[in-house]
Amino acid sequence: MKDFWIYLLILAGSTYLIRAIPFALLKKKITNRTIRSFLYYIPYSVLAAMTLPAALYATGSMIAAAAGLVVGGIFAVRGKGLTFVAVVSCVTVFAVECILTYLI
Amino acid sequence: MKPFSRGLRAGIPIGVGYLSVSFTFGIMAVAYGFDWWQALLISMMTVTSAGQLAGIGIMVNPGQYLEMLISQLTINVRYSFMSVSLSQKVAPAFSGLKRWLLGFFMTDEIFAVASAEKEVDARFFLGLSIVPYVGWSLGTLLGGLIGNVLPEMIMNALCLAIYGMFLAIVAPVAKTSRAVLAVVAAAVGLHCLFYYAPLLRDIPSGITISICAIAAALLGALLFPVADEEEVAAE
Repeated sequence: MKDFWIYLLILAGSTYLIRAIPFALLKKKITNRTIRSFLYYIPYSVLAAMTLPAALYATGSMIAAAAGLVVGGIFAVRGKGLTFVAVVSCVTVFAVECILTYLI
Repeated sequence: MKPFSRGLRAGIPIGVGYLSVSFTFGIMAVAYGFDWWQALLISMMTVTSAGQLAGIGIMVNPGQYLEMLISQLTINVRYSFMSVSLSQKVAPAFSGLKRWLLGFFMTDEIFAVASAEKEVDARFFLGLSIVPYVGWSLGTLLGGLIGNVLPEMIMNALCLAIYGMFLAIVAPVAKTSRAVLAVVAAAVGLHCLFYYAPLLRDIPSGITISICAIAAALLGALLFPVADEEEVAAE
């Protein structure tokens, strides 16, 4: 039990500090062009690396997941909002899993 | 719409996605031998999926404090990059104590949505953080308490919510910017390599995501450096 609290302190403390220190202490604008470009690309590369291939394994079937990504992707390219694309992806997965389970 | 309510709304899809992900975490934590309140406490104090999952894996063994620290630092180092990135975009009034307090909520998804803003207002960021935080905590609580009561098919479908959200963030920008498209392709290609190639696939996913994301963004920065005007236009 004592272990749990020490572990929790390390887990929560290190996670908090790694987030907050750069955010709170960096006050100046970064002028270096390469660093600025790197920071501009980071969100897209993080999201891309997190999405594929992991999303294909996130649901019960790879086919349903791929279908959800494709349909969501089509609406995303057309500039639909976050909630809309998320809902459409989920509904597609659900529909495809239903088809795979009950019709095939 | 006011910044706070706009943020609150933007956080809803993240919260829905978190609810299903943390539900699974709650179930897993209890399966590992933790009480529901311990799982809840871990979620409420860290709010990090990969970090928490690795964390409970280490916690079941006594006294591995150094392992815990090292694993958390490697898995979560990406947050530092996000914090640095977002610190460049915050409104002038978003400073000092506000940054120390709101920095706590810097998750991948909250960061991604916030970084789509031209200038990040503290009220927007606070609003944006609330639903995901509640979703993450509530999901863990429900998972820890009642386990797998939802039909499996609904659980499965909900798991894609978070990725659908990622698509909605990346796709419109990748459509207009070839450089972003190249960075996205590089990140996915690298991650596939780390996912399937022998030896490489044994590296924990929290670390590989950092490596792939950093390498792809670095490639983009070296090949397609962003000019100030371009950066504004691309947003």
